Amino acid sequence: MRAFDYRAPTTLTEVLALLAQAKGEVRPLVGGTDLIPQLREGRKRPALVLDLKRIPDLGRLEYDPDMGLRIGAAVTCSAVAAHPQVRRHYAALAQAAALVGSRAIQNRASIGGNICNASPSADTVPPLLCLSARAFVAGGRGQREVELERFFQGPGKTILAKDELLVEVVVPPPAKRSASCYLRFTPRAEMDIAVAGVAALIVLDGGRQCQEARLALAAVAPRPLRVPTAEAALKGRALDAQALEEAGELAAQAAQPITDIRGGAEYRRRLVRVLTRQALEQCLAALQAGQR
Amino acid sequence: MATSTKGAKVRPSAATKGNATPAARAVSSKQAAARSSKVSPPVKKAPAQRPPAPKPAPAAAKAAPARQPPAPKPAPAAAKAAPARQPPAPKPAPAAAKTAPARQPPAPKPAPAAAKTAPARQPPAPKPAPAAAKAEPSRADGRVFRVIGQRVEKVDALERVTGQAVFGADIALPDMLWAKVLRSPYAHARIKRIDFTAALHHPGVRAVVTAAHLPPLESKGALQTGEVPIDVASLRELVLASKKVRFHGQPVAAVAATDPYTAAEALELIRVDYEPLPVVESALEAMKPGAPLVHDDLYTQSLGEKARAASNVATHIQLERGDVQAGFGQAAVVVEESYETAMVHQGYLEPQAAAASVDAAGRVTVWTTTQGAFTTKLQLCAILGLSHSRVRVVPLEVGGGFGGKISVVVEPLCVLLARQTGRPVKLVLTRDEVLRATGPGCPSFITLKAGAKKDGTLTAIVGRLVYDAGAFPGAPVAAGCVAGSGSYRVPNLRLEGYDVVTNKPRVQAYRAPGAPQAAFAFESIMDQLAEKLGLDPLELRRRNATGEGDPLANDQTLPRVGLKQLLERVAKHPCWTRPLPEEPGRARGRGLALGCWLGAALTSSCHLLLNADGSVVLNLGSVDLTGTRTAMAQIVAEELRLEPDRVQVRVADTDTVGYNDVSAGSRTTYVTGAAVRQACQDVLGQLKARAAERLEVPADQVEFRDGAFAVTGAKKKGITYLELARTSLRRGGPVMGRGTAAGLPQAPAYAAHVVEVEVDRSTGKVSILKYTAFQDVGRAVNPTQVEGQIQGAVAQGVGWALTEGYSWHRGVLRNPSLLDYRMPTALDLPFIAIELVQVPAAAGPYGVRGVGEVPIVPPTAAIANAIYRAVGVRLKALPMTPEAIFMALQGPEVKPAPVAAVAARR
Repeated sequence: MRAFDYRAPTTLTEVLALLAQAKGEVRPLVGGTDLIPQLREGRKRPALVLDLKRIPDLGRLEYDPDMGLRIGAAVTCSAVAAHPQVRRHYAALAQAAALVGSRAIQNRASIGGNICNASPSADTVPPLLCLSARAFVAGGRGQREVELERFFQGPGKTILAKDELLVEVVVPPPAKRSASCYLRFTPRAEMDIAVAGVAALIVLDGGRQCQEARLALAAVAPRPLRVPTAEAALKGRALDAQALEEAGELAAQAAQPITDIRGGAEYRRRLVRVLTRQALEQCLAALQAGQR
Repeated sequence: MATSTKGAKVRPSAATKGNATPAARAVSSKQAAARSSKVSPPVKKAPAQRPPAPKPAPAAAKAAPARQPPAPKPAPAAAKAAPARQPPAPKPAPAAAKTAPARQPPAPKPAPAAAKTAPARQPPAPKPAPAAAKAEPSRADGRVFRVIGQRVEKVDALERVTGQAVFGADIALPDMLWAKVLRSPYAHARIKRIDFTAALHHPGVRAVVTAAHLPPLESKGALQTGEVPIDVASLRELVLASKKVRFHGQPVAAVAATDPYTAAEALELIRVDYEPLPVVESALEAMKPGAPLVHDDLYTQSLGEKARAASNVATHIQLERGDVQAGFGQAAVVVEESYETAMVHQGYLEPQAAAASVDAAGRVTVWTTTQGAFTTKLQLCAILGLSHSRVRVVPLEVGGGFGGKISVVVEPLCVLLARQTGRPVKLVLTRDEVLRATGPGCPSFITLKAGAKKDGTLTAIVGRLVYDAGAFPGAPVAAGCVAGSGSYRVPNLRLEGYDVVTNKPRVQAYRAPGAPQAAFAFESIMDQLAEKLGLDPLELRRRNATGEGDPLANDQTLPRVGLKQLLERVAKHPCWTRPLPEEPGRARGRGLALGCWLGAALTSSCHLLLNADGSVVLNLGSVDLTGTRTAMAQIVAEELRLEPDRVQVRVADTDTVGYNDVSAGSRTTYVTGAAVRQACQDVLGQLKARAAERLEVPADQVEFRDGAFAVTGAKKKGITYLELARTSLRRGGPVMGRGTAAGLPQAPAYAAHVVEVEVDRSTGKVSILKYTAFQDVGRAVNPTQVEGQIQGAVAQGVGWALTEGYSWHRGVLRNPSLLDYRMPTALDLPFIAIELVQVPAAAGPYGVRGVGEVPIVPPTAAIANAIYRAVGVRLKALPMTPEAIFMALQGPEVKPAPVAAVAARR
């Protein structure tokens, strides 16, 4: 581990100023569950570590029926997983936040960190993609807003410029008769990283007909992946067993897995098929149970 | 133990290992609130743990071991409170109770008269005692026990839960420097040149050492540090490589600096010129002619002969009896199969950590987390050329060892650097270093062929066991041969074992070293035989189970063992007799496997000091991995008729107590227990002599009863133990008891495990629904601790079975973290039920057997057998990951795409 500067400003203005002035690499810090091991192992060698936990705005978690959900970049996974409105309206996100690492890790790790670490296997990202989340970014040249789907460029790479910071994620209000679900596969029950993960969201019409469907995959591509082919195939269709099976097959085809220490490409592809079907089934079950 | 082998001059030294309850240690990281401060990483220590003395030299060194002042004891309710906590206290096993009176252990025992009358006096306490009631006495060998067999609270419980227990990383000495290790980036390379000038000039750096700083070896050969001899020349290379690096991560140099971060920076300034050499990764590849040679001067030892040409096979052993050809001729069914197990890590939570200081006179003191203070000392003296009188090793608490903390790793580097700088030096490894380079358990390739008659009687077994030792010879293949076949009577047997070197870290002992590998193969093939014969797997095992008088593979004859009693217990237990709960769409199966482990005996020593108030201090040479301090306190309390909280137990340093071998081989309660009992007898003998003087009778007419020394047979009360203790300060002087134990025979232990699994066919994931471990423990001194040992071993076994395994790419470890080296978490394990059977060992105290190792032997095969019953696929390689099971379920047509092909596509 290399020596580094450490600052813990209390306002966003200060943060942006520090980002603008910084020479060398800057790493924002919230829970540190990714960053600290990276520092210790020498995988990241920033000149400045910028602790965001003292900035009140970044710790805000708010739900409004008209505006939707606002998640400050420093909000912890625990907070999201426990939030009654998140659990009710954004089930996939609550489920994913409760899967990250372990309970102890969820108490430290932030949603913002999970996003900005830009790991292809980040659990909270596929649900956010299905939920049409937008990222609010602040920087020297002002604020900008991007679809979260466009935020990722590759493993560990985001669209953030050197002087920019993810401030907030905004999720629109849920559609009527919609349900979402996130499932992932890991060999262990906790303290593990997805071999594959699938988030699903469906919106039904009055019956069992699918008005809209969204699917996003974790850990099977260089970045979190939406599956337009499967989504299109589901749209306007009665969600019977065959439809789910086909969606699973299309999702498996869309996946671009690699073979690494956590799993083989073929196995991952097969998992995508299984998890897609199961996630869709769970969405239907939730709607039948009247959860939304 | 001396074991001769027909046709072979091999000593299958059974076992080394340790077993420890992993002691978790919460590390409280202070969130540095420092704003805008240059965070030069914090190097600090809680003041409480700092030794009181202000200077390093002898005084400080002595103060440092500072095991905290004895934490205030909880109320002396230990023995009382315990029973409430646990499920049904094991009743004296019927078998044990029956056989016991017939065979008194040879150890000193109360006069026969006393032994006989004892049971009469204490009516056989009706079961089960109400929770709050005082623990009832237990009995065995015709004796009634007050404390032995009770669930006494751990003597070190309070210091552990309050964080006061001192582990390796807690040591802080005045003016202490921190060390870091430069490791080889190659799995195999020649070291051409090392230039550390720049590192030495880096600010804060005080010394750099390489193999050139090690003195030439005075004598080569093996160091008798217990049952697995340590080859001094290999050890020297493992500490610091000299001419060649033989595995990725092998130490090449070490730096001492004012803080660990500076030391780490300095490593980057050391220039090493390597000439990379071809790497041989798999043992099977290494055995092929023309494979790259890990050692140019290694020649196969086979049947006492040394080969002419260098080879990667260090030893070829052959164990044979009967006529296997004829045996297979008599067989109605024959099964032949190959199995494979992965390299696995012991997974102790506490990394290797040590500190050393060298005083002006050159006297060395080392504080370390180790399974053996004395064996650490022997190793240090051998590779550093030091006299035994100039090295003191202070053993600290051990956060898990399991065999991995026997060989020195960090200690010699600390001593070298301390000598170089004149300042104390501390080295704590990272998890990455622990996984890459400290010595895991060995991988294996095993092929077996087994034949049986129609009724299940085994007629012959032939086996070829290839064990991968890593970079230096010493894989426990002989122990594997003996333990793997040790549960069965096999008239015709031929086992060939190979100890093979590869470019991987040198393996170390891991809980019953060599046995889980072999048991995976033997216990899988027994199930395959049972299926082919149409026999119940338990029935097949009952028909072939070994017992007293049967020979082991090395022709050693089994003493009294409890395997048959175990199998009877399983046969009647609901975990075996109840039908599997079926649910539509769920694939469930039940599996059974046995385990055998001979354990070790070796040498132990202790001192017992009598205080004037009758309390005692027990100084042990055995470090406590598993709660042995508590067990030893129970023995003292039993023998001296004290409450356990009147016994203060200390693990002494090497200047304080006699030589004591490692805490390993399931030997501590068995052998150190014998030494402790002897020390008690010594104290009682001295007190008897004093009482005799006062009573004016010969000492042999004095007996110890009801806390007093009285004339044998007389009604008069005599002189109390307390009175003698009180007057000992003046009359006759202090009383010090001495106990040593050496040369006890082994006390083999057996286990039978039954597991129920559910397999998710859609993902290949296995869930363990129910686990029941049966074990013959001889006598459980403290059943709670015994059960904890078994549960811990099963947890590790589940890891071997399902998720743990080193993954390699050209000699480089791909998963050097606990994220990707997946040990099971609490959520991955079921409740592990324990069934204790107590068939007393033929020797040793109270019929005790070693309990810590054998329970890791059966789990892998038990789980493999259960998976087979659930989904009909037999996994022959460990770990049986979800992916492996899923792919097996797809049948032969679906194979995972090779890594290269996939990578190319991307």
